[in-house]
Amino acid sequence: MSTPPNIRSPLRERLDNAPDGDPRWLREGAARVRLGDLRTRTSLGGRASALAGRSVLVATRSQLAAALALVELDGVAARLILCTPDLPPAHLRGIAERGGVDAVVSDRDGETDGLTIPLRIPIDSALASARGEACAQRRDTEWVLLTSGTTGAPKMVVHSVASLTAPIGGALGQGEGVVWGTFYDIRRYGGLQILFRALLGRGSLVLSSPGEPIAQHLARLGAEGATHVSGTPSHWRRVLMCANARAIAPSYVRLSGEIADQAVLNALHAFYPRARIGHAFASTEAGVAFEVNDGLEGFPAAIVGAHGDVQISVDEGSLRIRSTRAAARYLDDAHHPLSTDDGFTDTGDIVERRGERYYFLGRRSGVINVGGLKVYPEEVEAAINRHPAVRMSRVRPRKSSITGALVAADVVLKGTVDPIFTREILKICRDSLPPHKIPATIRFVPALEMAAAGKLARHA
Amino acid sequence: MSVKEAVISEIERVAEENSKSLPPLTDDLVLLDSGLDSLAIAILVSRLEETLGVDPFSAFDDMAYPVTLGDFIRLYEHAAQHQIAAARAAG
Repeated sequence: MSTPPNIRSPLRERLDNAPDGDPRWLREGAARVRLGDLRTRTSLGGRASALAGRSVLVATRSQLAAALALVELDGVAARLILCTPDLPPAHLRGIAERGGVDAVVSDRDGETDGLTIPLRIPIDSALASARGEACAQRRDTEWVLLTSGTTGAPKMVVHSVASLTAPIGGALGQGEGVVWGTFYDIRRYGGLQILFRALLGRGSLVLSSPGEPIAQHLARLGAEGATHVSGTPSHWRRVLMCANARAIAPSYVRLSGEIADQAVLNALHAFYPRARIGHAFASTEAGVAFEVNDGLEGFPAAIVGAHGDVQISVDEGSLRIRSTRAAARYLDDAHHPLSTDDGFTDTGDIVERRGERYYFLGRRSGVINVGGLKVYPEEVEAAINRHPAVRMSRVRPRKSSITGALVAADVVLKGTVDPIFTREILKICRDSLPPHKIPATIRFVPALEMAAAGKLARHA
Repeated sequence: MSVKEAVISEIERVAEENSKSLPPLTDDLVLLDSGLDSLAIAILVSRLEETLGVDPFSAFDDMAYPVTLGDFIRLYEHAAQHQIAAARAAG
């Protein structure tokens, strides 16, 4: 087949140059796609070239459908916006506007109907059609990831394949026969890292199908012989509480997206004694900063100040990172640069040095990390404050040994407490927020501490 | 109230708040099959820390994560005994 002269997509390059009979595959539920078929088949009815230079919203239920569209459109579309599966439909219009979306690829009907978008292309995960002519002109495609924002509207974080794959270089020396599995969704940073590791390395990948129960996902990972499995500490605690946790026998267990504590590291080591167990520090904005493979929580003090691809500093207790793996910018928020003038991104995570090691203490900004999903206190407070009896509220993290943190709310009422209020406030929250943002506890208090400038005092 | 009764009563409360109906709460019930997801279990554990004064998930670095309701109750019974023993040693 003819190779476009100026390929800029390492994804396509890797797939197009794979040897004949590439045995690798992507699997979701009963569907299985051979990666070798991506050279000659299309998931977009051969219409990828119609999407050249466009800003494309990738809105799918299935992870496999999203993966196929992303592979086919990298280097073709000007921008790919990855919708997360739990994105409230109410936010779709705003995202389409902010992202200048002029095309949608989707595997579902209805969801994006309210949007006036000129071009809609359905995704066919069965790859029924031949690819046809390759798009002659290649470009650097922007990859836009959605992450939780203060107001409830997601922040749009701009990456490139270069920044997304920068952490992977050293990790590709894997042998043959690697089978990846992830409890993340591939439309989030942590999951996308695993998709790229499979596509660029020598691995296959097992994806979970929409709504698949964890026990079934584990059984499938086991049946497919998953060797490298990744998830948040909360995902892994859930796995350890499953009756069929021994369905998998991984040789590599990876934790990221949340602080890994010693209890979960020890429990995984005891449960999967053959596995190398590593935890990575990563965020959508800063990318993967470092990986820790000594089985201990925290990280060695020696990596702070060291020279290399990733530079790490600790400033007034805050962990700061400068690397080629960081996102370029927020798509539409020029007022909030991702990094400071010296190129460092403040992760907002507070660390403390004890001896030759640093340990994580919590977040500076009050952002609550519930099982790897970010919650901004302001958006929960806004929901609570809609109750007519509420004068004001403060939402804060409460430490959890299961999900890292939970959402706790302190509420000041206009009048006296009525026990029905708790129920009513929770109902308002349930109607407007996803489950991880709903307060686990609501406490009625006489007053809230105010900081200077009349802002609510927030303590980590 | 025994540790077991405290655990069962909190499970029922969390399930009711989440409008989940529970299967019979036998010792061999797999917790994650009870209708409670990990978020609900996190809430359960934080409530039990308030009522029983102990969180075995953060108290022990070398703990086997519980799979069944029986495992879960034993973990709390063990933690409560541990706490009493520690209090005696200190006192």
